[in-house]
Amino acid sequence: MPVKTYREALNDVLHAEMARDENIFICGEDVSGGAGGSSGEREASGGIFGVSAGLLPKFGDLRVLDTPISENAIVGLAVGASLAGKRGIAEIMFADFLGLALDQAMNQAAKFRYMSGGKAKCPVTIRVPYGAGMNMAAQHSQAMYQIMTSIPGLKIVMPSNPADAKGLLTSAIRDDDPVIFFEHKAMYGRKGEVPEGEYIIPFGEANLLCEGDQASIITIGRMVIFAEKAVAKLQADNIQCDLIDLRTTSPLDEDMILDSVEKTGRVVVVDECPPRCSIASDIAGFIASYGFSSLKAPVAQITAPHAPIPFARELERAYVPGPDRIEEAVRKIITYQ
Amino acid sequence: MNLQQSKDQLLGAYRQMKTIREFEERLHKEIMTGEIAGFTHLYAGQEAVAVGVCEHLDDKDLIVSTHRGHGHCIAKGCDVKGMMAEIYGRATGLGKGKGGSMHIADFEKGMLGANGIVGAGGPLATGAALAAKLDGNKRVAISFGGDGSVNQGAVFEAMNMAVVLDLPVIFVIENNGYSEHTGADYAVGSKDIASRAAAFGMKSLQADGCDYFSVYETMAELLDLAREQGLPSLAEFKTTRYFGHFEGDPQNYRAKDEVARHRAEMDCLKNFRNQADDLNIALAELDDIDKQVLQLIDEAVEAARAAPPADRSEITTDVYINYA
Ligand SMILES: Cc1ncc(C[n+]2csc(CCOP(=O)(O)OP(=O)(O)O)c2C)c(N)n1
Ligand SMILES: [Mg+2]
Repeated sequence: MPVKTYREALNDVLHAEMARDENIFICGEDVSGGAGGSSGEREASGGIFGVSAGLLPKFGDLRVLDTPISENAIVGLAVGASLAGKRGIAEIMFADFLGLALDQAMNQAAKFRYMSGGKAKCPVTIRVPYGAGMNMAAQHSQAMYQIMTSIPGLKIVMPSNPADAKGLLTSAIRDDDPVIFFEHKAMYGRKGEVPEGEYIIPFGEANLLCEGDQASIITIGRMVIFAEKAVAKLQADNIQCDLIDLRTTSPLDEDMILDSVEKTGRVVVVDECPPRCSIASDIAGFIASYGFSSLKAPVAQITAPHAPIPFARELERAYVPGPDRIEEAVRKIITYQ
Repeated sequence: MNLQQSKDQLLGAYRQMKTIREFEERLHKEIMTGEIAGFTHLYAGQEAVAVGVCEHLDDKDLIVSTHRGHGHCIAKGCDVKGMMAEIYGRATGLGKGKGGSMHIADFEKGMLGANGIVGAGGPLATGAALAAKLDGNKRVAISFGGDGSVNQGAVFEAMNMAVVLDLPVIFVIENNGYSEHTGADYAVGSKDIASRAAAFGMKSLQADGCDYFSVYETMAELLDLAREQGLPSLAEFKTTRYFGHFEGDPQNYRAKDEVARHRAEMDCLKNFRNQADDLNIALAELDDIDKQVLQLIDEAVEAARAAPPADRSEITTDVYINYA
């Protein structure tokens, strides 16, 4: 299998899907960059993180749209066109700016299907770079996926590696429901093997990355990488865990979670968000309600603190949940009596 | 030439512009060493706007800034050493290292913060202007924003609101030709920012943003409107940025010679020096200021480097004033 970066895997999907279906278009701030610049170089950036590189020269400016800084209208543009027969891909440069586009995502895209009694279809994909780890401070680092997961009608996806980036973005674009697709900014450069040809990962199917019967580590996105590091250390001490990458938080692979809890009875949930109304608290609550009889220890929730994301290196490093905290939590719950 | 300004005031304005310029030139170098984290948007090239506006203000007047906020902070009187320490992520920074370059604020100086959200300042400044109006003490609020910010719905809403409610807010738009990698002539459909404001029913003026005197005089007129009649307005200043959108931006969207050309032709410090004679200012006086400024920046960098790092115990403080 070829080795690609997360960024390349995503870029490949955009190219392949736009070539496959001419109803697909992409819009956002600087998705190509260069419009109106004095150099005349029309694709000056290919997306601020490079994910949409090469689309403009190939598909032209009718389908690759550089927009003004107008997040609500960017999402609305993709949503409206998707109600009218197209497949819009909107890029919101930083997940934090979903705050400005929330109406179109939450009150509009999420609800048309339901309010029309099943008549409407809104196959929009909203791509959002997210996450901490680059010292971009409180307004450019948030995860946001927990907020979006709480909205019925939206599907919430976050790949943790290049192969999943390919399989899940392909599914997102082809899905007939609105999808918010979270790409971790600190993972764009990460490399991994990516299957060739068409590769689709269905939503709601978590990935069991390794197996063990002492504890279940349940996580998503970049936290998967930290959990893998913790697992490697634990394995060195012969502590064996299930490691579950949820891949999508809505739909949620409830079966895999409950199967694992039944086996281990001990759970650590790892989430990049602050603790309140988080994915961690959501999963812990789900397990408390539906897996209670299997539990042998309290569910450990490893999250960020209830605080905005700090700027300074020392502070951000301590703020984001890391491998050490995961490892420590596992060691603690496996000895819990 | 502007007769209302004393020589001291003029020298003060020059000092402020020079301080901003050297602060940014130095940061540009320091960022390349890798010591400074995150991403930083430099204001060099636009100094005349921040200073030409803020020379009219005192600590009770309120400003709201942008992601490109260092110049507004310095012009509004923020402590240069505290700013530098903040950008270095130090415990001694104005925000204890929690905010960084994009979130420097000093509420005692009427500086309501740089802001990472493009366009957020429009509504905030409009609210600050409401506070000023309710106090009835002739304070004003300034919303600094770029050419990109005028495409945000929030800014339109704020402009209309300011007219409807008669609020003493001035929308200062710094048109530096680009929002990130996109040209203003592409993204601003009408290609004319000032006329948008006029359509909302407020006075709007356009002027050279690379000349201190043109900014100062334009603002004098609009501030009079705000302070004396409590009315909103907009000023669009044409300017340029000497560096990339953020440090590390390869600037492929700009013609190769554009920055060099703009540095030669659009420089508020050169403009000021060229007029020194008419202002009864000797170039030697400006040279002295230049030296003092360079020393201040040196000291600020040294102090920031020597300062203790941000304190981990502060991660969960300041989230609330009181949250038991
Ligand atoms: C709501 C929001 N959208 C997008 C961005 C990303 N962004 C930061 S600065 C910028 C361009 C702003 O352009 P302009 O207003 O002209 O200010 P300038 O950078 O030229 O000073 C963009 C798109 C942001 N910070 N906030
Ligand atoms: Mg601009």
